Amino acid sequence: MCLAVPGKVVAIFEENGLRMGHIDYAGTVNRACLEYVPEIEVGQYTVVHAGFAISVIDEQEAAQSFAAWRELTEAVHRNGTDLFGNPLPPEEPTE
Amino acid sequence: MSITPEDFSCPLPITDHDTVQLAHGSGGRLTAELVEKFFLPRFANPTLARLEDQAVLECPGGRLAFTTDTFVVDPLFFPGGSIGDLAVNGTVNDVAMGGAKPLWLSAAFVIEEGLPLATLHAVLLAMEQAAKDAGVTIVTGDTKVVGKGACDKLFITTTGLGVVPEGVNLSAANLRPGDAVLLSGTIGDHGMAILTSREGLSFASRIESDTAALHELVAAMLAVCPEMRALRDPTRGGVATTLNEFAKSSGVGIMLREEAIPVRPAVRAAGEVLGIDPLYVANEGKLIAVVPAEKTEAVLAAMRAHPLGAHGVCLGEVTAANAGLVAMRTALGTHRIIDMPVGEQLPRIC
Amino acid sequence: MKYSDEYRDPALARRLVEEIHRTATRPWTVMEICGGHTHAIMRYGLDQLLPPGLELVHGPGCPVCVTPVELIDKAVAIAGRPEVIFTSFGDMLRVPGSRQDLQMARSQGADVRMVYSPLEAVALARQHPEREVVFFAVGFETTAPANAMAVVQAKREGLTNFSELVSQVLVPPAMRVLLASPENRVQGYLAAGHVCTVMGFAEYEAIAAEFRVPIVPVGFEPLDILEGLLLLVRQLEAGEHRVENQYRRSVTREGNLAAQQAMAEVFRVADRKWRGIGMLPQSGLALREAYAAFDAERKFAVQEIEAAEAAQCISGLILQGRKKPHECSAFGRECTPSHPLGATMVSSEGACAAYHKYQRLRATV
Ligand code: SF4
Repeated sequence: MCLAVPGKVVAIFEENGLRMGHIDYAGTVNRACLEYVPEIEVGQYTVVHAGFAISVIDEQEAAQSFAAWRELTEAVHRNGTDLFGNPLPPEEPTE
Repeated sequence: MSITPEDFSCPLPITDHDTVQLAHGSGGRLTAELVEKFFLPRFANPTLARLEDQAVLECPGGRLAFTTDTFVVDPLFFPGGSIGDLAVNGTVNDVAMGGAKPLWLSAAFVIEEGLPLATLHAVLLAMEQAAKDAGVTIVTGDTKVVGKGACDKLFITTTGLGVVPEGVNLSAANLRPGDAVLLSGTIGDHGMAILTSREGLSFASRIESDTAALHELVAAMLAVCPEMRALRDPTRGGVATTLNEFAKSSGVGIMLREEAIPVRPAVRAAGEVLGIDPLYVANEGKLIAVVPAEKTEAVLAAMRAHPLGAHGVCLGEVTAANAGLVAMRTALGTHRIIDMPVGEQLPRIC
Repeated sequence: MKYSDEYRDPALARRLVEEIHRTATRPWTVMEICGGHTHAIMRYGLDQLLPPGLELVHGPGCPVCVTPVELIDKAVAIAGRPEVIFTSFGDMLRVPGSRQDLQMARSQGADVRMVYSPLEAVALARQHPEREVVFFAVGFETTAPANAMAVVQAKREGLTNFSELVSQVLVPPAMRVLLASPENRVQGYLAAGHVCTVMGFAEYEAIAAEFRVPIVPVGFEPLDILEGLLLLVRQLEAGEHRVENQYRRSVTREGNLAAQQAMAEVFRVADRKWRGIGMLPQSGLALREAYAAFDAERKFAVQEIEAAEAAQCISGLILQGRKKPHECSAFGRECTPSHPLGATMVSSEGACAAYHKYQRLRATV
């Protein structure tokens, strides 16, 4: 449910009494309502659903996830116990 | 750059009206004025200038490719082009996908009463330029004016004739296991340009349509690979639809590699926002070619040497397995089916 | 796209998959509640990477799928009125009612328009004071704040020609029903990251404790889902049942308070019928009395419309995770994405459509 996509706030303005913003998603820009993220600033990332920003992305938390995943990768390498040397299915399906 | 009515320096012909009247379609004085002031100057050529009921053409001999298509698009002008560009390029491409060199077009216009003459003029200018660029002549045509609400602003039907070179035999039914599937560039540009310029979808940025005439690219590719199996421009329904048609017609499978599929970041992002997969989105200046595996590099090189094929890639290959199906190997090494789309691609929230 | 592309990294995904294989020593059955997860799992083929004993069950988390037939019939009835501009998210246009869907209504002359944001519907009402603009306010908790804001804004602007046909549902009540069922096989839940972005996860802590199941709010990228599964499997293997937040970059325990406040201002909790499941008490939202003037059901007097579902369709059992789509006798035969019998075949998130689209390869690859 609830397709929501991360984008960067590139402009904040008022329209019909509502706090709105332009959100940039890798070069595609659309408008979103910022009423539910009153603290957001230009340059921050938000998650947008149905034309509404619903959260301010926590960059620190995101960075920590990646640090943890990389740690996992390194741990695996240290153990030298790559569970699947080649876990993926072969390049082409066989007949 | 996109074209808007204001961009044209060629001045609007002077008439008593600002908009198209029903009387412009009555066959009387106003019709003659419309044809003489608006249409003839744009498509000037001796055949059309005869103003007969038909074009009489010197037939070059050999096999002819013959196609017709109707163009309806909302909005009429969109980033990267207009209905005028589509009407010329679309039909040129349909002829070219038979391997043929396009020569002549006809154009028929259904105009809604009240269409600003400036808009019509801008569309005709776009057609003139597109025809010039593509090296085709518009040799015959027709206009009708219908009452308000009987059509949406302007519909254009173009028919194209071209000559198929000796030895070229292209068909969706020709694919064989092992063949390579090539694509001439990024996907989804046209459809996303239209979708993101529609009202109601909140977009503030512009994605440009890729509308272009592909016959020269086709000629360059056929020159290095006359034994090419199949060629098609993935318009409505996108790359997924064309490949499914190939797989079904030839009774083979097609396996794509996800990483190989070129998508502009802005198109991909718009797709994520709207929940639409670019594989199902229309292109107007791209082609898919299936060639024998050993010709892959030669055809790719020929494609990349042409500006319209600069980002040409090998998408995947034809397989004996999975007959009738198109599948994709994802970046994660898993597989999924790329089905025929069901109906129109609708933006979704979930 | 930042916060999206890097979460699709194949090398990191492989490590997470290895870790799941290493951790899972027994078979487990987990449910992804959210249709967005179903869609992502199928799109990336994540199920193909999991240990065979780790079974994924698809949950009822697609608002399009659970919108009851009579609501579609009401939408079609309202859209058919000459003064009405009926606006909807694209998803709802092809959902079959008992006789028609909204696209068919449009082809018969109804003015049905697709919008991306409910505020676009409000803008239409502003531009067309002579018309009645109705917005089909479907969705879970994620969409409710947007749908609430549209009503607040219309009221603030004094737009009397705007109303909403509301079909808002809530996730926790449905989860409780699934968990309380004697036939429940699900041992752990991936919770919907965007619902939790709005609502937080305090409510899920009570459910986790009461039913002794681990619940993990997760994001929607492959790495998110794989990490979510890893966290679930770790808890299951250790016999734990906590709420553990995987989607920390967007979800906090208390959620988005401004959004919750707007929801509470406009909506009250109400009984709602779920397509395929039936009436669930206190499982949805309805407009408060103060906003009754914006209730399309009252405005156009369609409260009385009732409808029955296609008899063959077992989408209710599928939405509860009790059956898989291919176990339905109509699947792929009478019921296909181009001719859907049930809503789970319509929405690309619906379990039946997702199976139809992505899973046929299974037999052949
Ligand atoms: S396959 Fe069709 S009929 Fe069967 S459960 Fe799914 S939606 Fe219902």
